[in-house]
Amino acid sequence: MGELRLMKGNEALAEAAIRAGCDGYFGYPITPQSEVIEYLMAEKPFERTGMVVLQAESEVAAINMLYGGGGTGKKVMTTSSSPGISLMQEGLSYMAGAEIPCVVANVVRGGPGLGDIQPAQSDYFQSVKGGGHGDYRLPVLAPASVQEMSDFVPISFDLAFKYRTPVLIVSDGLIGQMMEKVELFDQMPRMSTEEINEKYPWATNGKPVGQERRILTSLDLDPHKLEKHNHHLQDKYRNIEADEVKYELINCDDADYIIIAYGSSSRISQKAVQLAREEGIKVGILRPITLWPFPKKPIDELVKRGVKGFLSVEMSAGQMVEDVRLAVYERTKVEHFGRYGGVIHSPEEVLEALKTKIIGG
Amino acid sequence: MSEISIQDIIKPENQVYAKTKLMTDKALSYCPGCGHGTTHRLVMEVIEELGKENETIGVAPVGCSVLAYEFMNVDMQEAAHGRAPALATAIKRLWPEKVVFTYQGDGDLAAIGTGETIHACNRGEQIVIVFINNGIYGMTGGQMAPTTLPGMKTATSPYGREVKTMGNPLKITELVGQLPGTYYVTRQSVHTPSAVRKAKRAIKKAFQNQLDGKPGLSFVEVVSNCNSGWKMEPVQSNIWMEENMFPFYPIGDIKVDGKLIEK
Repeated sequence: MGELRLMKGNEALAEAAIRAGCDGYFGYPITPQSEVIEYLMAEKPFERTGMVVLQAESEVAAINMLYGGGGTGKKVMTTSSSPGISLMQEGLSYMAGAEIPCVVANVVRGGPGLGDIQPAQSDYFQSVKGGGHGDYRLPVLAPASVQEMSDFVPISFDLAFKYRTPVLIVSDGLIGQMMEKVELFDQMPRMSTEEINEKYPWATNGKPVGQERRILTSLDLDPHKLEKHNHHLQDKYRNIEADEVKYELINCDDADYIIIAYGSSSRISQKAVQLAREEGIKVGILRPITLWPFPKKPIDELVKRGVKGFLSVEMSAGQMVEDVRLAVYERTKVEHFGRYGGVIHSPEEVLEALKTKIIGG
Repeated sequence: MSEISIQDIIKPENQVYAKTKLMTDKALSYCPGCGHGTTHRLVMEVIEELGKENETIGVAPVGCSVLAYEFMNVDMQEAAHGRAPALATAIKRLWPEKVVFTYQGDGDLAAIGTGETIHACNRGEQIVIVFINNGIYGMTGGQMAPTTLPGMKTATSPYGREVKTMGNPLKITELVGQLPGTYYVTRQSVHTPSAVRKAKRAIKKAFQNQLDGKPGLSFVEVVSNCNSGWKMEPVQSNIWMEENMFPFYPIGDIKVDGKLIEK
């Protein structure tokens, strides 16, 4: 058993970064995730593992530091919250184009604009549909507990390097701020220079003797070459869709109705399911763990099994519900319920919505 | 004096100058007469002479030199517009034993990338920044730059830069010279053979500072012509540069070994 600690979600992200062998963290403070860089600065990871921690002058600079560092084959990470993540979209688009790995955690808060500092899930579209300009997708992992804030960091680094892509960890202010028991994984070694050079021949860390130089760029002025590069990216995204879907089914075996919810909403919905079952309503939860690639296949299987309706529960005005509708494709009822702008729905509200929008609707 | 044929002249033992192997054979995309090609060559010659071909990472900007990585035969990253110093910061922090430089134009470094420039300089990142200042946006077709002189005509200041409405040109090199994080700040040009030799010495000093672990960033501005953007012939543009750019952007060292030069 690993070391047990009581931690905030944000602290778990930070500790997991050190333990995952992250080489560099570059970040800018923003509520509700500033504990990540505060924890790292206090922890002196340079003394523990040699990990570099730098407070950048802006989120724009931070994401571009990830471009530079990730481009040399190092494991680099940043964290931010919604307005800061918006500022990083340019950099993420460039990194998707140049195929540079990194991990970016978004502890989502209410929006649009400056919004507030309360939990929200209203960055779903930005996370799963690309976010910046151009045709690209980023793998998105959605932790639902402080434990998963820790566990998903090394998983994200593995995905980032396997597919040479930025990977997003999308939680919210609730998971970032709340404290739970965490079983921490053991310290993983940072990669040696020899390991980096052997595994990542694309890494621009000094031209190897007697070999060609390496270039990392997202530019190609020849449209036919750029189209070819886009084909390559799309092939990669299809591979990710085929191999990397992660989800959890809770009480779905006998369920007539399914709540689809991720992160905090999935935790709240578990209580709603308990309340519903006490009333004899058979409801289960499909929890997407990867928001992209989206778990279309399990939804399809539930439709084929005769589920009577899906309620997409998200702390947004209805974003993920569009992907649920695409997966269900008008074969059965799909509705959305959620409070937003930083308001968290109660289990009772979720149950009420299930009754009025799905069962009675 | 005996006759010497072209076949004799091109024999290696008779050559007094050869192109550095750190410039690729790809034809430069720059306009004939532009200072970029010369400055590229100087940076690559210096890296070759310092023996750092295999330990250098360069960062290219957005602007005319967006394709610098096509010509510079070292590991290169292409940054988003203005962000090169942020990339270089992380590369150097993660690989402190390597040689890291950015190569940027005035729009990239002194407009959209001002924040990254100032903060990389102020943190004292141990990198080299090579800054080409030609007072105009060349690649996009000759629009006004942060460094465009008062009264100077560009595509977006067709009646001349009016300071009252368009603001003042930014002397960013003097500005970064004031920051405690810069160790060496100089302004050079590459429009005459003697200027090229001086510019090369300055670039070499900048890289040597990094190799020696001197505390702070080394910043080399090269005031250059943009004959296409300025709508002049190359020779005419160099004369115009001497008469108009140099009085506003005087050539010479601004800060050496961490100390401002008394003027």
